[in-house]
Amino acid sequence: MSKNWILYIALLAITVAAPFLFPSYTAFLATLWLFIVVAQAWDMTGGQMGYNSLGNIFFYGTGMYAGAVFAIGLYYNVGEWTDASRSEIFSFTAGQYYTGMVVGIIGAGLFCGLCALIIGPLFFGLRGPYFAIGTLGLAIAAGEIVSNIEWLGGGQGISMPHSPLHPDFEKVLIYFLFAGLGVVLFIFCKWFYSTRFGAAINAIRDDEEKAEAMGIHTLRYKTITWAISAVFVGAAGAVSAFQLIHFEPLETAYQTINLGIFMVVCVLLGGKGTLWGPVIGAILFHVFKEVTWNYFLGGQWVALGLLIVIIVVFFQDGLMGYLKHRRPEWFGIKVESKDKEAAA
Amino acid sequence: MDQILTNTGYLFQYPVLNLAFIIDGIMIGSLFALAAYGLALVWGVMNVKNLAQGDFVIAGGYCSWWLVKTGWLQSIGLSDNAVALLGVPIAFVVMWGIGWMTYKLIITRVIERDLFTSLLATFGLAIMMAQILNLMFGSDTQSLQLDYKTYSFAGGFINLPMAKVIGTCMAAGLAVAVIIFMKRSRMGQAIRATAQDSRAARVMGIDTEKVYAFTFSLNAAICGAAGAIIVMVWVIQPFYGITYSVRAFVIVTAAGLGNLPGVIAAGLGIGAAEQYGAHIFGIGYQQAIAVTLLLIVLFFRLLQQRRKRQALN
Repeated sequence: MSKNWILYIALLAITVAAPFLFPSYTAFLATLWLFIVVAQAWDMTGGQMGYNSLGNIFFYGTGMYAGAVFAIGLYYNVGEWTDASRSEIFSFTAGQYYTGMVVGIIGAGLFCGLCALIIGPLFFGLRGPYFAIGTLGLAIAAGEIVSNIEWLGGGQGISMPHSPLHPDFEKVLIYFLFAGLGVVLFIFCKWFYSTRFGAAINAIRDDEEKAEAMGIHTLRYKTITWAISAVFVGAAGAVSAFQLIHFEPLETAYQTINLGIFMVVCVLLGGKGTLWGPVIGAILFHVFKEVTWNYFLGGQWVALGLLIVIIVVFFQDGLMGYLKHRRPEWFGIKVESKDKEAAA
Repeated sequence: MDQILTNTGYLFQYPVLNLAFIIDGIMIGSLFALAAYGLALVWGVMNVKNLAQGDFVIAGGYCSWWLVKTGWLQSIGLSDNAVALLGVPIAFVVMWGIGWMTYKLIITRVIERDLFTSLLATFGLAIMMAQILNLMFGSDTQSLQLDYKTYSFAGGFINLPMAKVIGTCMAAGLAVAVIIFMKRSRMGQAIRATAQDSRAARVMGIDTEKVYAFTFSLNAAICGAAGAIIVMVWVIQPFYGITYSVRAFVIVTAAGLGNLPGVIAAGLGIGAAEQYGAHIFGIGYQQAIAVTLLLIVLFFRLLQQRRKRQALN
């Protein structure tokens, strides 16, 4: 056990030191933490509960918009703000900016959690592929509808207030917001999967009918789990809104085929239903993505689509699943050796 | 809100508008029904939910568009219109080949796996196809401008371009041909037998692997032909695929598998519903309406199932 603590403290130290050691990679590392957060949050429902959502990006986009609306709405009328769109009439003082940021991120998380509580009972009657298609439909529909609402800036999107900080410091701040979210989510998941609640959602994944017969109120468990994951995705979306400064609905907020599918691929690459799988998968995928973006410019999307197909078809258990198969003793699984079997 | 009310008011003020929307809806709906029929076929026979359905449609459209634009066939004396019409069978054949390749490379490996695998694999395929089309043809919307006559009725309220009529007739002809093929031919019987019970079909000596490959190729070919008809009358763009996939899912979910009259009725219905929606809410909502219909259909089916205390799976 003591060994594990040393590992965790070392990782935490690396996390804190990273933006100062590699200042030119701060934005890259911030996005990496975003991937870790959304992948880990997706795994809560996808891997641990067996409900494969293709529409968790809905919470990301909604979080972005909610964060912007809460932050701006504290001081100004949102409709007027989007009308004026970045003119100098509206300005934020440093105090207002940070208050808006805190309120926006927390508010976006809570708002997304609330959304999940409301839509959860509707969607959790859908099983398997219908759930995936239904949530995908939700994300696409939300993007299309938001891009038609003038109050939220329509297809143009929203420009966030200017940061009072120097851009370099702002980058570090964003990095620590994402990293903090990721660390909190990781610690939460580690605890969460060890509780009775975690056992219940695993039971739902393994056999929902039996779980229900054992007296688990499945709908309640499913909805609450989805809401918790939505809180984190929504908060991550709000941080992204502050990071991007300007965002628009279809390509950035409700980016169904970018981040919406990446988070699933990250989890599959790392290993579904494991604590470390999403983290490792997100790191591998993000590095792969940046490399293709730099060296195959133009063909990068084709390479990504191909990667998705290859992972899904040939390597679905992911890295953790592969290791579990090859080195079960690392996971505390005891295997009778072949010789013993032969002797018996 | 006022806009919506005024637009709804027009429907009652000028009843002939309704007729125009229904005619337009039936024309585009017949193409949705074709794509949905292909989806139902693949879904029913090999239990693969193909999210790349719409991208096959768009690829077929580009196939025909490219044929007209390159002008090879025009140089031997064919008119643009004739080439566009010829583009439909050519897109059918080309997409048959692409569908067969897709099957051999990807689909054959996901048939026996769980449903999420096939869904995600075809989603990856959809992204890939859209991007390849984007690289090949650019991201502009494309359409063929054919010089067919347009007939106007009822004081200009109803416009009936000849191209749309021809397209609808071709869609209907293709549907009839496929239905007769499925009912009468030996291969059609084998496909239906495999759909009912693939294990029993294997025992009876049907080469199910061949049936699967044939079914998937046929699906891609039907979609390709539908796309070639779409490009004659409407517009295509590399990233429009996903909405066609969503529409196909709406139709199949609403009609159920193996319910051919249901698929046709739902296809025509969604066509008309989109026309009405675009009129009432504005053209910007057209994509949103297609997707919202999917959610409505899913929840409606869910309520039906819940009455029987079952979930939709």
